[in-house]
This record gives sequence, C-alpha cells and structure tokens, in this order.
Amino acid sequence: MINKIVRSIAEALEGVRDGSVVLIGGFGSVGQPDALIEGLIEQGAKDLVCVLNNAGVGRVGVAKLMELGRVRKIVCSFPRSSDPVVFETLYREGKIELELVPQGTLAERIRAAGAGIPAFFTATAVGTPLAQGKEAREFNGRQYVMETALRGDVALIEGWEADRWGNLTYRGSGANFNPVMATAADLVVAQVQHIRELGELHPHMIGTPGVYVDRVVQVDRGAPWV
Amino acid sequence: MKPFSREEMARKAAHDIPEGWCVNLGIGIPTLVANHVPPEREVIFQSENGVIGMGPAPAEGEEDPWLINAGKQPITLVKGASFVGHADSFAMIRGGHIDLCVLGAFEVAENGDLANWATSVNDTAPAVGGAMDLAAGARRLWVLMEHTTKDGRPKLVERCSYPLTGLACVTRVYTNLAVLDVVPGQGFVVREMAPGVDFDMLQAKSGAKLHRPS
Repeated sequence: MINKIVRSIAEALEGVRDGSVVLIGGFGSVGQPDALIEGLIEQGAKDLVCVLNNAGVGRVGVAKLMELGRVRKIVCSFPRSSDPVVFETLYREGKIELELVPQGTLAERIRAAGAGIPAFFTATAVGTPLAQGKEAREFNGRQYVMETALRGDVALIEGWEADRWGNLTYRGSGANFNPVMATAADLVVAQVQHIRELGELHPHMIGTPGVYVDRVVQVDRGAPWV
Repeated sequence: MKPFSREEMARKAAHDIPEGWCVNLGIGIPTLVANHVPPEREVIFQSENGVIGMGPAPAEGEEDPWLINAGKQPITLVKGASFVGHADSFAMIRGGHIDLCVLGAFEVAENGDLANWATSVNDTAPAVGGAMDLAAGARRLWVLMEHTTKDGRPKLVERCSYPLTGLACVTRVYTNLAVLDVVPGQGFVVREMAPGVDFDMLQAKSGAKLHRPS
C-alpha cells in the first residue's frame, strides 16, 4: 500500500543534509510551508542554499533560519518586503550570497529541472545586468539569453488537501511556486491542512499528482499570516 | 498649471484599455488603473502569482487571507476568474498572452528602454520580481509615473542611466504633465498635456526631444 503520510514534522524532514539546495514554496505568506520551515530550524541542517521568491519578513520563518546563520545563499526574485531586516543586514555584512533571478526565469528554471530540460533561452533580462556573462543567441531576429535548470535536493511546499498517494490540492492563490517546485527536487515534502481518503479528491482538482511527492504531513493551522 | 493627479493618470490609462484585453498591473500607481475601467467594459486583470480575473479590493473585514495579488494585498475575484501556478502564470506572460502591462518607472528612454527595478547595480538589497519578464513578454507596456523626480530631474531621457529592466519595450507613458507615445524611430510624441502645460514647458522638464503629433 502506498502511504506517503508521515506523523510528524521531524519525520517529514528526516535526512535533510547540510549543504542542501532547498526549494521553498509560497508567494508572500500564501502557500508558504511555515510549519516545515520551523521544522527545518529545529532539524539543524546548515550551509543551505534556499530557492524562494521572497526572503522572509520580520524575524520568523525563513528570516529566522537566515538569522541563525544556516543559509549560505538564497536564489530569489524579490528579497524585499515591508520588513526584510534580517536579509538586508546579512547581505550588507557579506554574510549571505544572493543570486537575483527574474521571477519568471526562476519559475521556468525550476520547471525545466522538473521536466528534464537542462537549459533554455529566454528574452527576459536581455540587455540588463542580470544577463551579463550568460550565453546569448538570436532566434528569428530577437536576442535571447541562456538560463540553466535549477534543481533542489529538497522541496518544502504547502498544499490545502492531500491523500495517502501524495496527491495535492491548492487553495486560492496558494499554488504559486508549490506545484512547479514539487517537480524539481529529490525529496519533496508537503504540509497540508486536510487529509482526505484516497478517491475523495476529484481528479480534476488535483494540482500536484502524488507521483511528485515523497512525504505529506498534516498540520493544524489557520489562514496564512498576511 | 494644473498637473494630472494620480487618479486622473490612472483614469486616462484605464479609458484607453479596450474591452477584452488581459492586463497586468504593477505595484504602486498602476494598481489604481483597475478602479477606473468603465463598468460596462470587460477587461481581465492578471496577477503574476497566478490569478486571472482579479477584482477590486475587498471591503474591510471581508479579506480572504488565501487570496492576494503580486503586491501581496488582499483582492477579490470576478466571475470567470481562474488560478494557475507560477510556471504557468509566467509562461502566460513570457509567451505573449498579456495584451498590456502597466508599470511604474525610474526612467524611460526615447527608444522605449525601461529602468524601474534598481537605482544602482550595487543596491544594498536588489529586488527585481516579475518586471523583466513583463517587459520582455507583454505585448504592450505603458508606464505611469511622475514627469520628473522629486528634485526636478527628468524621467524621460535619451538613454537610461539606471540599470535596465528591458529594451525598447515601453509604448506609452502617462505622467502628471502629459500623455506621450513612444514611437519607434522617432521617440516621444506628445498626445495630451495637463491643463496649463504647454509644449515648451513640457520640453524643458524632459531629458529627451519631444515631438508634436503629426
């Protein structure tokens, strides 16, 4: 019997090693796997490379992980928020690396990794500082730059519901980076609020087929903290 | 001189959006555009975080915490709305399916180059978000911005001095003083001026040559 549901956050994060590339879903606080991020803080892995859209707010979650010195580098499109004090301080002091990636290029690099595509050409960033040093080519009279696939050792994502096969649904704008990140890591861990019986989720409603998912943990939590 | 207010700039842009377009609005003044589309006109607003069919801001107390826009503000949906993930949302943007993107800017050059994400390559914490994807992928790009900086320097320029967001992508600019088209091979063509603004005054506040409509 296939059963990807684990009983605790600790079990969900077992085996995450130092130096891992960790894809972290969410856009702002919506669809952000807060319980798994807290679990990663407890779990202790360090020297991490975190791939995520935002660099945390205040001193909780990803910001706390960074403040504890556990993140070597972030790959990020928008490391700015109403309160990005931790990242900005570490960055200014040279204590964290930043690879700044346009948001669509970030999503597409992850998609490529999940789809077995090692690199692709895009018009995004042509002529800007973010294209410097990258291979450029012309197709049909337009300039493009080459971007490479971005794969994780681990992906931490949030869904709304799951079944024991690891099928996931999403809620509202909570899909964002989660479904694409689910395709592009060796170990994919999902936190969800609701566990359903196999067959209860309508096939059309499943945003991420369980084939992509390794572990599911149910967490009681309310709405995202906006 | 009676410059256009931010609401007037947004209203002008909104009235220029034809029915049926799919439109992405940037953070800041561009967000106001959605409030001014005539109610009888169907325009679809897309948000980078995978919302297609974004409606007005919710009333206080009616916010759905699972439903935000790219500026991370609570939103509502219109009938016919749909959700996708980020990969599909940006495929929509990069694949040329967005009819119009409206963004703010630090500078716009007469060849349509846009600078709107950083004021230095050595920013303390640079952030780009989806601006470069929108600049490269949207079918048209309009800019809403003040005509000059707070200290009076022109934002319409011959060549951008700030790091670029995209090349030759801006097609129209709405400022507090005028509406201008960016015409390939020609540059800034003045379509409308705020009450009490004349061509010479506008030219004096611009860093590139302006053209009268032919």
